[in-house]
Amino acid sequence: MSVSQKTFLLYAFILLGGILAPFVFPNYIAQFATLWLMILFALTWDMMGGQMGYNSLGNIIFFGVGMYASAVVQIARLYEVAEYTSHSGAPKVDFGWTEYLSGMGFGIIAGALAAIFIAVILGRIVFGLRGPYFAIGTLGAAIAAGELVGAWDYIGGGGGITSLPFPGTGDERSLFFYFALFALALLTFAFLKWLYSRRYVLAVNAIRDDEDKAEAMGIHTLRYKTVTWAMSASFLGMAGAVYGNMAGFIEPLEVAFPTITFGIFMVLMALLGGKGTLWGPVLGAVVFHIIKEFTWTHFLGWQWVALGMLIIINVAYFQQGILGWAQEKWPDFFGLTVDESDTREAVEEASK
Amino acid sequence: MSSIIEIKDVSKAFGGVIANQSISVNVAEGGITGLIGPNGSGKTTLFNSVVGHHPIDEGSIKFEGAEISKLKVPQIARLGLLRTFQQTRIYSKMNCVQNMQISIPHRNSGLLDMFRGHSPETSDRALELLEFVGLYSKRNLIAGDLSFGQQKLLEFAMALMNEPKVLLLDEPTAGINPTLINGLIDRLKLANEQFGVTLFVIEHNMRVIMNLADHIYCLAHGELLAEGKPDDIQNDQRVVDAYLGAH
Ligand SMILES: Nc1ncnc2c1ncn2[C@@H]1O[C@H](COP(=O)(O)OP(=O)(O)OP(=O)(O)O)[C@@H](O)[C@H]1O
Ligand SMILES: [Mg+2]
Repeated sequence: MSVSQKTFLLYAFILLGGILAPFVFPNYIAQFATLWLMILFALTWDMMGGQMGYNSLGNIIFFGVGMYASAVVQIARLYEVAEYTSHSGAPKVDFGWTEYLSGMGFGIIAGALAAIFIAVILGRIVFGLRGPYFAIGTLGAAIAAGELVGAWDYIGGGGGITSLPFPGTGDERSLFFYFALFALALLTFAFLKWLYSRRYVLAVNAIRDDEDKAEAMGIHTLRYKTVTWAMSASFLGMAGAVYGNMAGFIEPLEVAFPTITFGIFMVLMALLGGKGTLWGPVLGAVVFHIIKEFTWTHFLGWQWVALGMLIIINVAYFQQGILGWAQEKWPDFFGLTVDESDTREAVEEASK
Repeated sequence: MSSIIEIKDVSKAFGGVIANQSISVNVAEGGITGLIGPNGSGKTTLFNSVVGHHPIDEGSIKFEGAEISKLKVPQIARLGLLRTFQQTRIYSKMNCVQNMQISIPHRNSGLLDMFRGHSPETSDRALELLEFVGLYSKRNLIAGDLSFGQQKLLEFAMALMNEPKVLLLDEPTAGINPTLINGLIDRLKLANEQFGVTLFVIEHNMRVIMNLADHIYCLAHGELLAEGKPDDIQNDQRVVDAYLGAH
């Protein structure tokens, strides 16, 4: 079987598995839906931390910004926002599929745009920072974002907002959001697969390896950094928009800007699978999610200890991640070879 | 010959250390200009000033007649004025071909150019230049795994890939095996003659710089000590004294 056939089979398997999973394991729909979200998280984090070497601890901001922007847009089409958010509990609403879906469509677009906007602004401020300073700067920004939104009453403040009610049944609802997140994760993966075959990836890798050198070679470093963050943010913004509707209730600290859960998970998953690769974050997200679900079910009370151990082992003994380890073990498979021929003629000779 | 770089009365101090004091240097277009001087005499500092690495305290630096002393590093690089580093710098986790591919000139690249694929011409040119510096067989290796000397050769090839008008080389032969030095000198001359790149070279190895340069400037203690043809410099008593530490 050729390599391309194997790849094709792999994609077919994932696609089919993704489509069938909610029907084969209906009790685990929520977990599967979260898994796709986790994959999206890991992939978008890796664009910054893995490929470009900018370890952002604040990417969760874009998730939250997307969620709120989407909620406000959806509500504003039907109500006065301030009046809607000042209601405790769900206000009486009455509308069907068309309104819901079109609202969500606008919401997703608004979520992406708002996230891009914030990424560009924030980038102007923090892209002067490097290494650990960038990490701490973005972490600070994420914490501040949650607190700021909590203090903003127009969008519900600390009390949160109830999302618009889903027009279908409970089962339809689970399926709908499962497939929405599945589609978003696929979209993200497909986009990155394409993107990482472009000139772009070499430039951001160059920034990761030696930004001063990249500047000295004339690369538009700030442009690449800004575009990278904006692209990463746009997917997170869309994910936030969908997740806000799925959660049913939006609140700043736990749902929209969960810095120490989702915000840290995205980093951990990429590191676990192998940062700076396309498949590493995907692999990391799957392994992490399984470990997490397992410990949360079987070691309740100890789950954070288990998670802490995982972080320590990963960072202290397994920095290269699963894929990086494989690359060291089978370098030939990844094409890291010395070619004995010294000139191009010799290679042409040999290939005759 | 006209001057492509005109450095006039440039001074630069770091706190109390005066690294460059009112230095004036002209780099002739199409030529090979040398810059020598004992350790700590301010050679690298002058390069850093030219490429915009730090702001200068006083003076003016012109490239092709236009003032560049207020421009930033990438802007100057995109004008076609490129430098290599004394502590060799390459992209250590990428392979040699990738190092070359991303070293294309970014002069006219617009926002959407980042989404372009790798053109076959670029890959061809990359391989051609790797062959030129003798790294063809190492092309698929991770650059960080190359020896120091090989990394220097790679950095030189990357600089050529960028098609600069002027190349500032900071000690290109330091750390290179003596038997390879002659080969490197030949390549520098070839780059100068064939690709038409003006060279401005810092070098400690007297044999190399006398052989290579057509005009030499000598710094000592941050000041310009002497300038002239290689033969004049070689016989200049002040230069001899400076190198023997009798200054
Ligand atoms: N960034 C800096 N901060 C403080 N002092 C500096 C800095 N860069 C250079 N200097 C000082 O400026 C002086 C000149 O340094 P420079 O690196 O230009 O010397 P050089 O001629 O390149 O020496 P070498 O031949 O050893 O490379 C030295 O005294 C050095 O300590
Ligand atoms: Mg120096």
